[in-house]
Amino acid sequence: MELDPKRYAGKRLLRHEIPLPTTTLQQALQHHHFKQIPAIRKEKSGSHCNRCNATQPHLKLLTCQICGDKHLYCRNCIQMGRVSACAHFYEWSGPEADWPRHDQPCAWEGTLTTHQQAAADAIEQAMKQSGKLLVHAVCGAGKTEMLFQGVTAALEEGKRICLATPRADVVRELLPRFQHAFPKVTVQALYGGSLDKTGDGQLLLATTHQLLRFYHAFDVLIIDEMDAFPYHADPMLHFASEKAKKPRCASIFLTATPRQKEKRQIAAKTLPHVFVPLRFHGQPLPVPVAKICFGLHKQLKKGNLPKGFTKWLHKRNNPTRQLLVFLPTVELADTLQAEAQRALYPFAQKIMPKTRGETLISTVHAADIDREEKVQAFRNRETAIILTTTILERGVTFPSVDVAILNAGHDVFDEAALVQIAGRAGRSPADPAGEVVFFHEGRSDAMDKAVQSITEMNRRAKRL
Amino acid sequence: MKQTNSGTCADCQYWEKSSYRSVLERNVSLYGYEPFMQDYMARWKYRGDYVLGKVFEADFKKLFQQYFRDAKHVAVPIPLSTERLAERGFNQAGELADFTGAKRKDVLGRKHGEKQSKRSRLHRLTSDNPFYLLAEPPKFAVLIDDIYTTGTTLRHAARLMKENGTVYVAACTLIRG
Repeated sequence: MELDPKRYAGKRLLRHEIPLPTTTLQQALQHHHFKQIPAIRKEKSGSHCNRCNATQPHLKLLTCQICGDKHLYCRNCIQMGRVSACAHFYEWSGPEADWPRHDQPCAWEGTLTTHQQAAADAIEQAMKQSGKLLVHAVCGAGKTEMLFQGVTAALEEGKRICLATPRADVVRELLPRFQHAFPKVTVQALYGGSLDKTGDGQLLLATTHQLLRFYHAFDVLIIDEMDAFPYHADPMLHFASEKAKKPRCASIFLTATPRQKEKRQIAAKTLPHVFVPLRFHGQPLPVPVAKICFGLHKQLKKGNLPKGFTKWLHKRNNPTRQLLVFLPTVELADTLQAEAQRALYPFAQKIMPKTRGETLISTVHAADIDREEKVQAFRNRETAIILTTTILERGVTFPSVDVAILNAGHDVFDEAALVQIAGRAGRSPADPAGEVVFFHEGRSDAMDKAVQSITEMNRRAKRL
Repeated sequence: MKQTNSGTCADCQYWEKSSYRSVLERNVSLYGYEPFMQDYMARWKYRGDYVLGKVFEADFKKLFQQYFRDAKHVAVPIPLSTERLAERGFNQAGELADFTGAKRKDVLGRKHGEKQSKRSRLHRLTSDNPFYLLAEPPKFAVLIDDIYTTGTTLRHAARLMKENGTVYVAACTLIRG
């Protein structure tokens, strides 16, 4: 049986991830189409997981009833399926996958602003030279569109491309955009629970966790929202992205809010970068306003909405804008639910006078099984107000919203999170303003820094 | 779990009216099946994170010793089918049986079938007995399993053992679903 190199090339898989009968796999091994490597390798320094590179204390002993021995297994990457010392990884070593060279694959017909164009040129250059580039672009600068030119060139050269991001929501949002932009290319989305599982596309959109299954797979790796949780703080995911690259591979990093480490590298000129301070519609970023609400903590604890918040709702500049309300914790979302339905209903009615019923207001958090549907409903303007935890802080675009953060002084709202959240407002050229309000009872450093950083970006944009 | 006033739970009252009458003496459990426990079990059992079982060692032993202190009781873990065992690499019921501090005897084998957790209640209650004997069962047996949901699994095993010479069968489970 002929095996398709596209299906297995650039992957390091466990036996159960290869849907082949044992006899076929044995034959493939004899023909050197697959290479067997131990699941956990022993080095002088200790044992390492061959998928995520974890060492002690992530490796633990298991009394295995498959092999009858006591041996190590990896707890670090166990959510992707357990790696046990008695098992093997299978790595494709057959003929190289022949990815098609596309002739003018891009169907996107928009035009870029001068700043976007400059970034797009830099991205294309970096991709051609298999170099490294950090693209620092403000929220709503149109990062995705800046990628199209480079991706087009890479596809014309028959390269394999992966755009990875820490957030599954972002993958889901990007998939249709890339599919429309590159209609002739096999574009696939990979995330926990995605419909695509095979990962045999030429252009992959994936969560950074999915990179763990790849090995020397890509000519171009784009990490979108590189500063987001969990990628920025998880060495496993950094290892995964290094492992997924071919020895010669372009690395493009996208972010609106670089962390300290990247800022330092930019300052020291060790990381090539390009900066896009202006939104694609040319309007400045909405600057957040901090509003102090005395008794905020007490009111939230009781399940009531802070008075300052309802007061603000009465005098919004544009009462028909949809409303995104950010909450620091899932528990708070639960306690506020009943009150929110009651107290926010009149405002929801104002936003959507034609719709009625409880569906006008919804609550969403990370573990919500209806998360995708709820976000989609808000995007389709079927929901007027959505209460959310930080899961919607980035990567999702709603054309015309006002943004409120309740208890903005909470620890989960660090500078990056606040800048990102503020960046949800004013995304549409038709309605580029949007209000952003931090409701708090004692301002945090992060709040001040976020406002400073946004003002600074606007200032730099103005100078251009 | 449905509470009743009679000292016997609704589940057992139902079973006592069926052909499984007095097959299983009693069942004792440590925990309810809360969302946290569901997540924990998912990681321990289905993901196969072996070390997570250790958390239960002391408490499970205490539970077992509280009700089945007499040395005549033998712990009999509910087995996995060979296929399922090959998939997971360990049997969580076997783990728990080792924690009890009692003598352990693996006398049961299991035919491969659908996962119980994927079956509806009615489907479980009317399903065929998947167990067979590997050896002579002990006179006093305490079945060990992770979750008691409908009690079907335990009663299938209990009935088979009773038909083959066991005098007393009770059950000690980690979780009462």
